[in-house]
Amino acid sequence: MSDTTAATPAGAEAAHDAERYAEKDFGFWIYLMTDAVIFALLFATYIVLSRGTAGGPTGSDLFSLPHTFGETMLLLVSSTTFGMASLAARAGNRGGVLAWLAITAVLGLAFVGMEIQEFAGMIAKGAGPDRSGFLSGFFTLVGTHGVHVSVGLISIVVMMGQIATKGLTVPVLSRLMRLALFWHFLDIVWIGIFSVVYLPGVL
Amino acid sequence: MQHTASTQGPDLRAYLTGLVLALILTAIPFALVYFKLLSTGPTVAAIVIAAIVQVLVHLRFFLHIDFRRTPKENLLTLFFACFLIMVMVGGSLWIMIDLHYRMAL
Repeated sequence: MSDTTAATPAGAEAAHDAERYAEKDFGFWIYLMTDAVIFALLFATYIVLSRGTAGGPTGSDLFSLPHTFGETMLLLVSSTTFGMASLAARAGNRGGVLAWLAITAVLGLAFVGMEIQEFAGMIAKGAGPDRSGFLSGFFTLVGTHGVHVSVGLISIVVMMGQIATKGLTVPVLSRLMRLALFWHFLDIVWIGIFSVVYLPGVL
Repeated sequence: MQHTASTQGPDLRAYLTGLVLALILTAIPFALVYFKLLSTGPTVAAIVIAAIVQVLVHLRFFLHIDFRRTPKENLLTLFFACFLIMVMVGGSLWIMIDLHYRMAL
């Protein structure tokens, strides 16, 4: 209780640590913003290429709205369950964090599974990324997002390992917070994908 | 130390509000397209508006961007990224659509 006064060496160290974590949070935020710029340019590329179907299949031939809606729900609910994990972490509930992270990972895995199923189905129909400019743009944009989600999944598993072995220490909580930002950010990118790619594609 | 951290920051209400608003803002454009409720122009407009509002909802309720609590430099980089995106995406589309129009002449 008394160790939080800034005059003691321990207090000064804690203040220094807090500053270090604030710097890491800001650095991660800058990374997210640069990632947003990458996605924005992939969106622009897709929009430019989207009419270039080269006589091949169009969006309305390939996209299934119920499938996209399912993916959207998985990602949205997983964003909420990650929020529950953050709340459990703040309450110091280690078991709760692990349980919510596990649910988030299962939902994220289901999303990646649905995406792989969609890609495999398209490629089997001869609508792979090499078929037309439209499909090159589609696979680049949606695939980049899928790779991000997969990296997020690996990070969640690593995070669960850290929480299980180290507990909810200050560095672990700081990493969990940044991973939460990453996960919520990917859900924002997905809003762009269904609004720019899938919904106009089947119109 | 943990106690002072738990007195600030988002609560369950924030996440659930975000979830409900996001569900509504997702359901509207999907329903409009799936059931073909409007003609093409208004549908596209509705998709764009719902997407922008949903992005703001996610920023507010999931990433907890807030004009009071979020550090000023984070807000500044967010606005700078938005500016860059507008210049690069807007500029690219402007040039490419103009080129497309001129090639068709």
